[in-house]
Amino acid sequence: MVVEKPSLETIWGWLDTVPDPEIPVISLTDLGIIRNVQWQGDTLEVTVTPTYSGCPATTIINLDIETALRGHGIEKLVLKRQLSPAWTSGWMTDAGRAKLEGYGIAPPQPAGGPERCPLCQSTQLEKISQFGSTPCKAQWRCTDCLEPFDYFKCI
Amino acid sequence: MSTPVSAPLFEYLCRMGDNTLVLGHRISEWCGHAPVLEEDIALANTALDLIGQTTLWLDVAGEVEGAGRTADKLAFHRDVWDFRNLLLLEQPNGDFGQTMMRQFLFDAWHLSQLTALKGSSNEQIAAIAEKSSKEVTYHLERATDTVIGLGDGTEESHSRMQAALDLLWPYVGEMFLSDDVDAAMVDTGIAPDPATLRPAYDKLVGDVLTAATLTKPQDDFAHKGGKSGKRHSEHLGHMLTQMQWLQRAYPDATW
Repeated sequence: MVVEKPSLETIWGWLDTVPDPEIPVISLTDLGIIRNVQWQGDTLEVTVTPTYSGCPATTIINLDIETALRGHGIEKLVLKRQLSPAWTSGWMTDAGRAKLEGYGIAPPQPAGGPERCPLCQSTQLEKISQFGSTPCKAQWRCTDCLEPFDYFKCI
Repeated sequence: MSTPVSAPLFEYLCRMGDNTLVLGHRISEWCGHAPVLEEDIALANTALDLIGQTTLWLDVAGEVEGAGRTADKLAFHRDVWDFRNLLLLEQPNGDFGQTMMRQFLFDAWHLSQLTALKGSSNEQIAAIAEKSSKEVTYHLERATDTVIGLGDGTEESHSRMQAALDLLWPYVGEMFLSDDVDAAMVDTGIAPDPATLRPAYDKLVGDVLTAATLTKPQDDFAHKGGKSGKRHSEHLGHMLTQMQWLQRAYPDATW
């Protein structure tokens, strides 16, 4: 039971701690998919945009947001889906990009391919496939350390 | 104003959603069967994008119809004659080359269609087009690379790609045919006249086929009847028996 409405800053802080279900090293706010949080009277409205229209994580993400906010005592909650403007990997935060690379996934680059191997930092790279283990990733390989790695696609 | 346009708008939305649904299902048939793991994953990911787009299109179709049908209802509870997909997309997969040739011929049309729809007078359609066009740009890039790689590949891969092109070319023309539904969409600023997309398509496809050392068939004869629903090929019915059997056997089952 919430007596005082929590501030939007507090709520954004709670959302900062909700991990992406597929790449748990980054949070939903790192990914840039939570577009707005606002109070409509005593109802909290959270606007979420999908990364890819068929991404199976989307429903889990909504469930995780709801679970987290209800856990903090939010009772009246509405999740809205927003398609436009369409999500772009450019909305990922710098902190999120750094966490991805530390986890072994090369962050998205406007040039369309990874900047360096997330494991040995070599720039000698080759593409294995335009697609990977989730809709948001492609498969690359480092020709120095020979390790394959995931690259977060730039869209 | 809304009454006259709602019936053609529903038709139009079914065309967009059925295209992505039927092709999405077709390429998902490759899951676990593709020539190499990377291609298997790529096809499954492309299918996932298309099925996701289907949900967006058919949800809006259901809203416009106003009869309480959801995307799932439309996908699983309609029969062959209610489907509005292009004949090209219901054709069997054939070999990997044939699947990728079909993908390329569709992606090239799909992207130009979605690009035009980003300026639609209908906000929901414009938003879906904006979202989908990013995914389809990626699909087209991959299909283009594959068609060029296989066309300008070995003697065996070249001959298979030429055979695929010869087989599928008679299904290309249907994408650019205009009918009353299209005319209603043009009148209301919702969608472009399909015929206007043809010159850019021919240029793009011509350039890629040249790079792939493939020869575009001379004859532009076009099979039709898919987008109007008047005459689907026998393949669609066979596909639906697989795609729909669970909802047909256990209507409205959820899990």
